[in-house]
Amino acid sequence: MIVLGISGSLRSDSHNTRLLRAAARELPEGAELRLFDGLREVPPYDEDDDRDPAPAAVARLRGAIAEADALLIATPEYNSSIPGQLKNALDWASRPRATSPLRFMPVAVIGASTGAFGAVWAQAELRKVLGASGARVVQGDLALGHAHDRWAEGDSLDDEIRLQLREVLEQLVSEVQPTTVAA
Amino acid sequence: MSTTELTAAVPTGTWTSDPVHSTFGFSVKHMVVATFRGSVTDFDVTMTGAEDGTGSIEATGRLASVVTADENLTGHIQSPDFFDTQRFPEARYVSHEITRAGEDIVVNGELSLKGVTHPLELRGTLVGPVVGLGEVEKIGVELEGVIDRTEYGLSWNAPLPTGGFAVGNDVKLTAHLELGKV
Repeated sequence: MIVLGISGSLRSDSHNTRLLRAAARELPEGAELRLFDGLREVPPYDEDDDRDPAPAAVARLRGAIAEADALLIATPEYNSSIPGQLKNALDWASRPRATSPLRFMPVAVIGASTGAFGAVWAQAELRKVLGASGARVVQGDLALGHAHDRWAEGDSLDDEIRLQLREVLEQLVSEVQPTTVAA
Repeated sequence: MSTTELTAAVPTGTWTSDPVHSTFGFSVKHMVVATFRGSVTDFDVTMTGAEDGTGSIEATGRLASVVTADENLTGHIQSPDFFDTQRFPEARYVSHEITRAGEDIVVNGELSLKGVTHPLELRGTLVGPVVGLGEVEKIGVELEGVIDRTEYGLSWNAPLPTGGFAVGNDVKLTAHLELGKV
């Protein structure tokens, strides 16, 4: 099972990208995290460009989502909301509506911020956007506040956060429909 | 002398819906004041009338066929926020009892939607039978009922800036059916 991780931050030392790397280690057996690294290249959404074939970076984004069994999005919070580049990518991925790879895709939203609240507003708005895009958004969440103080060694987190992360991931994985039926 | 004559609930025989001449729609309050409509185009209805005067109705709607005036809205209504057509592809109504007085019909039954079943009363008319083109006997049935969508887990909403919510909870279901005798 492939879980595609998308970090809403483009920064090289992003807390949210680190959070995804930490999540990779907490995934249940049989699931692997694949980190999407093409967010920066996704152009601004323009309906004039939203045709077949899609811009290469958009095709790559849509393809990566379509190949995955579930999505894990880690978002920072910019001005109390979703970072523009992440929202822009989801707008591309949500179209065309009838064939969007986000349709019925299980998605978990987590977030980290250096402030106290762990990007809770951005997470809430992201869940709304994903729901409107047809995704299957899991209830579990993780808000990592004061992120700069939370990393123990490298990308490791304390046990309490790891447990929360594991709960979210178990929910996410349990939403994935079996793709094969035992004989 | 009785002024209302009870008739057979459904004319004797088995009747199935003609998909071209039957429609099923729903309507719900939108922005508090307006009415929004949608329809399910892929459905079938079977009604039966027994010799003893009792009748039954069974209806199945395939929710991937839900249609609204906007493709984005249609996609959203099919999504897990609403019907979740991937996991719950069908809605089903099964009657327990039908009573008819003249052309007026009352159906008591159960609606199963998104994995939840609740009683639902439908009211309307049953007209016919008549012999249509091709010597096929036809009846016309119109039914209406109201459900609280939140009872079926269809609870998505959005608050409006000045108060109230974007979508009402009560949803009116309306069927206009032409059924042919099998």
